[in-house]
Formats: sequence, C-alpha cells, structure tokens
Amino acid sequence: MKTRTLEISVGLFLLAGVLALVLLALRVSGLTVASTQDTYRVYAYFDNISGLAARAKVTMAGVTIGKVVAIDLDRDSYMGRVAMDIQGEVNNLPLDSTASILTAGLLGEKYIGISVGGDEELIADGDTIRDTQSALVLEELIGKFLLNSVNKDE
Amino acid sequence: MAKATTVLDRIALLGRAGLDVLAAMGRSVVFLFLAIAGRASFGNRLQLLMQQLYSVGVLSLAIIVVSGVFIGMVLALQGYSILSDYGSEQAVGQMVALTLLRELGPVVTALLFAGRAGSALTAEIGNMKSTEQLSSLEMIGVDPLKYVIAPRLWAGFISMPLLACIFSVVGIWGGSMVAVEWLGVFEGSFWSNMQNSVDFYDDVLNGVIKSVVFAVVVTWIAVFQGYDCEPTSEGISRATTRTVVHASLAVLGLDFILTALMFGDY
Repeated sequence: MKTRTLEISVGLFLLAGVLALVLLALRVSGLTVASTQDTYRVYAYFDNISGLAARAKVTMAGVTIGKVVAIDLDRDSYMGRVAMDIQGEVNNLPLDSTASILTAGLLGEKYIGISVGGDEELIADGDTIRDTQSALVLEELIGKFLLNSVNKDE
Repeated sequence: MAKATTVLDRIALLGRAGLDVLAAMGRSVVFLFLAIAGRASFGNRLQLLMQQLYSVGVLSLAIIVVSGVFIGMVLALQGYSILSDYGSEQAVGQMVALTLLRELGPVVTALLFAGRAGSALTAEIGNMKSTEQLSSLEMIGVDPLKYVIAPRLWAGFISMPLLACIFSVVGIWGGSMVAVEWLGVFEGSFWSNMQNSVDFYDDVLNGVIKSVVFAVVVTWIAVFQGYDCEPTSEGISRATTRTVVHASLAVLGLDFILTALMFGDY
C-alpha cells in the first residue's frame, strides 16, 4: 500500500511537470497547435521600416492575420523589403490593399496594418503590395514641424 | 637550506593538489560512464527509479513551488515600479515571463535543487559508503553503481527540468497575481504582451535545455561527491558542503556560457 501512494505521488509529479511545459507553450508563448497551418507569402516595399522586426504581427482591422518573416534591403530600389506570411483563410485581400507600419502606443512595438483596397483582383502567394506607408519617424516629424514654424515667422 | 626545501615543499604540495583535482575529475567521468552505460543485473529498475523520483523530485516540489511564487511576485513588483516610470506597465508580463523562462527558472531551480536534493544525495551515499553498505553490495555480487547510483542519477536528470517548468509556471502565476489583481495592470495586455514576446523555441525550449544541462551537472556532482567521499562522518560533512558549493558555482558559470550561446547573437 505504501509503494502505491509513492507511485501515485511520483505519477502526479511527472504529470504536473509535463502539464507545466504544455502551459508554458500554450498560455505563455502563445504557441497555437494550428499555427503551422497553410500561409501564403506576401511582400511589401517600404521607404523606411524603422524598428519593425521579424515576428512582428500583421493585422487587419486590429485582428492579427499573419506575421513578418524576414526584412532585408532591396539593392536596386534602396527600399526595405518586408516578407510576411498571411494566414491561408484570409485569402480575399484586394491587390490594391495598403500596408502601413504602425506603432502600438506611443513607444510600443511596431507592427504592420493592412487596410482593404477596392480592386477586383486578389493578392496571391508571392505577390507584392505596392501601396505602402512607411513608419512615422518622430525625428523627421519634429524636424518638419520646426521648419514650418521657422517659415511662418519669415 | 631549510628555506629552499620549504619552497620546494610548497610547490610539491601545489602539484599534489593539482594532481588530486585532475584525478578526481577523471574518476568522476569514469564513474558517470559506468553508472549510466549498461543495464542493471539486479532488482526492478523501474521500482528503484520510482523510489528516487519520489525522494528527489516529489519532495523538492514544495520548496520549488513556494520560492517560485515569491520570485514571480517580487519580479512583478520590481518590474512594475521600474516600467511605470516609462508608462509601459503592460510590459510587466513580458518581463516576468522572459526573466523566469530564460534565467531564473532554470538557475534558481538548480540552486535550490543542489541545496535540497543534492546535499541529501551526497549525505545518503556517503553514509552508505561509511557504513560499508556499498562494499557489502559488491560482496553479494550487485554492482552498487547500477543498483544505487544509476537510479539516483536518472531521477535527478528527469526531475529537474520538470521542476524548472513548474517553477516558471508558478512564478508567472504569482507575477500575474501581483500585477493584475493587486497593481491593476490590464489583464488582456498583460497576457498578450507576454505571448507576443515569448517564443516557444527561443525562450521556452532554450530554458528547458538549460535546465537539462544543470540537472546533469548538479546530480552528477552530488552523487559523485557522495561516492567519492572519505568514509568518516567528517568526510561526509565536507562532501556535502562541496556538493552545494561546487554545484552552485558550476550552475552559475555554465549559465553564463549557455546564455551567451543561446541569446548572445554575437
């Protein structure tokens, strides 16, 4: 009988340990079992990606529909090329949709927001979003503002 | 003339100490290899392992859970007071989770494990040695490395990563209690910030890998110190101290190396 309680407690301990790992995976790291489902690759060129990082989320109407996979510099156009994976079920984005780099809060992380266009044609795997808005760069804004106020004085 | 010999004597002493350390290292490697490799010829291995999992793992659970809760709560409090200066209290969940998963979970678990279970292992095996239970086993044809040592090693290897996971979960729960219930951080942003920044492979799995490494090192040191100790009561007490000191230093040193490899990016 004593070995039985011992075995039960060891079993419970092992279960608790595995359960903790599962909890860490699902609740803390937000790993979803279905995250490896089919996605398609879309590219977008930005003048300035300032602070956007790989694994940033791609949203539409505030809902996450994908994530940024890679960021590199396009050598010919000198623009930043962002590759993102969009969930396969969101397959009805018009070709003239706009991708803009947004900021969560004033100092928060950067993410990509997509707003819908009106085109009949839809974005397919490997397509490029042509209409893009770069990130707001605070320094540039302040510079413009200062320039404006100087010009007004004259 | 007498002076010269004392200098030479000291050098010889130093050399002997170095040789002793090297010999102990060699013995410990052979010891680990002999204990792990091969099968036990006597006794029910599962039964033996179960017994050790109980005394090494289940009995360490209480200290792990309690310290996990408190460390999580302290992290949340400290993080909140720093982050609120920058108006980004929502990041407190991210901070607590990343600190626990990457560093504090594996490291503090290993330190507590060395103190709670490692010292007990050393004392137990050392006592077996001094009361000649180990040599009696050998006498009746049972290999003590397989019958006594191997189950304890495996029990340590298995239970520490699990304990580290439990530590992190409990710590994050404690942190969320303090941040959300007490300090009033918005619950949704607490968890979503955490989930956005924590990556399963980079953070959770690397933490588990760390704790597997620590488990091997701490259990190995503890069991070897017991097996290799002087079979006197004084020898056992010194071996137990050495276990805790060596294991803690090894964990902290290895942690730096592992962190540099995993998160260094350089």
